[in-house]
Amino acid sequence: MILDLSKIFGKSKSSKDVAKERLQLVLIHDRANVSPQFLEMVKGEIIKVISNYMEIDESALDIQLTRTKNEEGDRVVPALIANIPIRNVKNSGK
Amino acid sequence: MGEVLVVTSGKGGVGKTTTTANIGTGLALAGKKVVLIDTDIGLRNLDVVMGLENRIVYDLVDVVEGSCRVKQALIKDKRYEGLFLLPAAQTRDKTAVKPEQMLKLCEELKDEFDLVLIDCPAGIEQGFKNAIAGANRAIVVTTPEVSAVRDADRIIGLLEANDLRNPKLLINRVRVDMVKRGDMMTIDDIIDILAIDLIGVVPDDEKIVVSTNKGEPAVTDSKSIAGQAYRNITKRILGEDVPILDLEADEGFLVKIKKMFGMKTT
Ligand SMILES: Nc1ncnc2c1ncn2[C@@H]1O[C@H](COP(=O)(O)OP(=O)(O)OP(=O)(O)O)[C@@H](O)[C@H]1O
Ligand SMILES: [Mg+2]
Repeated sequence: MILDLSKIFGKSKSSKDVAKERLQLVLIHDRANVSPQFLEMVKGEIIKVISNYMEIDESALDIQLTRTKNEEGDRVVPALIANIPIRNVKNSGK
Repeated sequence: MGEVLVVTSGKGGVGKTTTTANIGTGLALAGKKVVLIDTDIGLRNLDVVMGLENRIVYDLVDVVEGSCRVKQALIKDKRYEGLFLLPAAQTRDKTAVKPEQMLKLCEELKDEFDLVLIDCPAGIEQGFKNAIAGANRAIVVTTPEVSAVRDADRIIGLLEANDLRNPKLLINRVRVDMVKRGDMMTIDDIIDILAIDLIGVVPDDEKIVVSTNKGEPAVTDSKSIAGQAYRNITKRILGEDVPILDLEADEGFLVKIKKMFGMKTT
């Protein structure tokens, strides 16, 4: 178990740091959603790179921006989640 | 040929009208020929903040509809040489003006004035589109609050999408006491997040309310700290290199400003 020492000693994060963190997180989503081309562009690039190594089902490729817990589990961080169905892995000439 | 500067924010009530009035008056005091346009149709305020509400005959809608000539609608501020106001219509709505009409009006006024300052309404709808249509520079006003900063980010994106590059950030209503106890984001925090250049920081100051009560912009009040901040911003708009007051230094903002004025620091 990880003890949050700052909580025990009553030294909690200042409210402005909370504000900054929350803003940074929400803006990643705002910025991506405001421009509808954003995810399409990312998707296009991912397809290009992955296709060098494997054959993928482009029509079923799903990519989204979401939130997830970080490794320590103490913060929510933005995450880009891509679900890329693979049809076949290319034999890359070993 | 003059420039057209729009003052915008996204979120309402963060200080666009106050900023337009102060910068406009500051620029006139610096010897520029300036016209302020209130594009907040239906909710006009710049006239009262400037203390010119009793002199309105024609308004922005009259001008774009051709009911009067531009010159007839401009109110000359008799206190400051070279300062004019084009008031918004109060009994119409934002759709009474179209972006193309604003563009044409701005082009016309640019020939006559050094600076055309546009007070933008809150929001991202038609009123915003009208306000930015003829602009070639932009100031984004925010306060150090989550909602205002978030909306500022949205506006910055929209300005850039409309080819208004390099908008400048004005952070209004900063409270040093709150910043010091960690309950208000610092200037650096906000710049970190929005990633645009800073044109100035205006502290929260009672004098703003007093000056609005009287219809005399605080920039003319040598004792007002916000007035001093607006004088600095005016200079920066004119290309002068005035350092931004450092809020995070140990001695704090108020003390520094008092020192600047040679006042006793208690
Ligand atoms: N630096 C400041 N210190 C204290 N009060 C301020 C300051 N700046 C603005 N205010 C006050 O905040 C209120 C809103 O200001 P203002 O009308 O300029 O905002 P606005 O962005 O134009 O609002 P709207 O979106 O409704 O047009 C006013 O009552 C004004 O006096
Ligand atoms: Mg206003």
